[in-house]
Amino acid sequence: MKKEILDLRVTHSESVGTGCVFLKAVPVEGSLPECQPGQFAQLMVDGPGVFLRRPISIHDVEGNEISFLVQVVGEGTRWLGSLKVGDIVNTVLPLGRGFCFGGEKREERGERNELSGEGAGVSSIHDSYSTLRQEDIISLFSPLSSLYNKRPILIGGGVGVAPLLFLGKRLKAKGIQPTFLLGARTKEQLLRLDAFREVGEVLVTTEDGSMGERGFVTQHSSLFSSLSPLHIYTCGPSPMMKAVARLAREKGWPCEVSLENRMACGVGACLCCVEDTTTGNRCVCTDGPVFNINDLKW
Amino acid sequence: MVNGKMVDLSTNIGALELRNPVMTASGTFGYGLEFEDFVDLSKLGGIVVKGTTLKPREGNSYPRMVETASGMLNCVGLQNKGVDYFCENIYPKVKDIKTNVIVNVSGSAIEDYAECARRIGELDNIPAIELNISCPNVRQGGMAFGVTCEGAASVVRAVRKAYPKTLIVKLSPNVTDIAEIARAVEAEGADAVSLINTLMGMAIDVEKRKKILSIGTGGLSGPAVKPVALRMVYQVAKAVKIPVVGLGGIMSATDAVEFLLAGASAVEIGTANFIDPAVTVKVVKGIENYLQRHGFQSVRDIIGAVE
Repeated sequence: MKKEILDLRVTHSESVGTGCVFLKAVPVEGSLPECQPGQFAQLMVDGPGVFLRRPISIHDVEGNEISFLVQVVGEGTRWLGSLKVGDIVNTVLPLGRGFCFGGEKREERGERNELSGEGAGVSSIHDSYSTLRQEDIISLFSPLSSLYNKRPILIGGGVGVAPLLFLGKRLKAKGIQPTFLLGARTKEQLLRLDAFREVGEVLVTTEDGSMGERGFVTQHSSLFSSLSPLHIYTCGPSPMMKAVARLAREKGWPCEVSLENRMACGVGACLCCVEDTTTGNRCVCTDGPVFNINDLKW
Repeated sequence: MVNGKMVDLSTNIGALELRNPVMTASGTFGYGLEFEDFVDLSKLGGIVVKGTTLKPREGNSYPRMVETASGMLNCVGLQNKGVDYFCENIYPKVKDIKTNVIVNVSGSAIEDYAECARRIGELDNIPAIELNISCPNVRQGGMAFGVTCEGAASVVRAVRKAYPKTLIVKLSPNVTDIAEIARAVEAEGADAVSLINTLMGMAIDVEKRKKILSIGTGGLSGPAVKPVALRMVYQVAKAVKIPVVGLGGIMSATDAVEFLLAGASAVEIGTANFIDPAVTVKVVKGIENYLQRHGFQSVRDIIGAVE
């Protein structure tokens, strides 16, 4: 997958949730490179007091249009959030390794960042889909089958829901029905529920009980049925992902998490964004941002 | 072109010929391969690859980086897989890159520096090393050698015996008089000096009342350090006869030309690669444009030409 430096023109900018902006953009010239769910882009911020690019998850790709969800937390994201239709933002993409999902070519995940280490982590990646049998696929669509058995559950919290929409769409395109489990503090903070509902079933938890089940995503009743999901994908605040990872480990479910360590270069050169893994310090920008929990020391 | 003639961008660092004065700074450009999607590596004067040590190093814990006003602090701490891994696994991938691939050699003991340099010296397609006696982020050695004349001289003396090819010594700006350190390494047979490494800095999270970086301090880089770097390059170029490689906050061709005018025979681009992965080739083009615009036939005409 070739990385490119592209000028994008904003085609849509909309406030969503609280302090979050939904941006859509198209390349000023040419076409978007192929992007995978879980990958990210480095957006150039042309505003005061900001020096580095900002790594932002790819929220969706439709034809030649890419979208992002930007949570305004500092000067950089404030500038990105203030972009208007027609504004140009210089972007480096696609970056990193995305989620592992059915039918993906194994070779693509095989070549990890060999420059900084010896292809670690590859062997431990569960390709849960390789064990999916034909009758399982049929059962996905059977009204008699349990709702969540043999289905991937995509668990997101806060702005961490961003990459899950793109992933859900790609799963659905492969005939695998995704279930989204989205959490927030209050219902006002839930992001783009309608867009998620178009792709799959959406389960919700809010900490104040204003929508869905009250509590954290890890307390949702769907996770405590006797049946097991095919795969867990999660992205959100670190404590949430750690709780999801703990639960997945206890239950023996395959689980991938998307990390967002502070990074500078985004291409594996500066070694600033490392995560301490079972095979040592690894770059989140190139060996991740998606990691199998078996590779992490969580 | 000047009156229809191409300008000559070639320069040299001692015996090392460069097709143009633009190289990349260690630790900011990986092994070059990470930037192949963005840059035709053969268009660069050289690539200085990641700091390499005799034994593998895990580096410091996360967090390793903080953005600052016009720059960033890092405390990576020389994470690398060691010289054996470099020779066996990375060298085969970089040896055919059509530019000078220079290895940054780091260490924490004099014997380690010398042995690492000797091993790199056996690699045919690595024409030079940059000796890092100035890393601020490792507890032992690193910058400790680079902050005294005796320390700097002792490392260079040992490495000079072990390494026959072009030896560039990278100097620390965290000293009282950088020119005297430069003279000390020149006296021990260094072929060139490069400067500056990062400036020691610090950042505090006021909400948590804690130091942000895992080891408390880090090295400052980016345009914030450029005026300091430029002043030091100017001072060192006046103080030594060997070539000077200038670096520190170069973001544009104009910045690079400033360093050349101050006396640098070549420049390295570091942190700017994080902002624009294609910046290096733009700087090459921009230097060429500058020379054409001012009627110079060769980049050598502007080295040290500040009045």
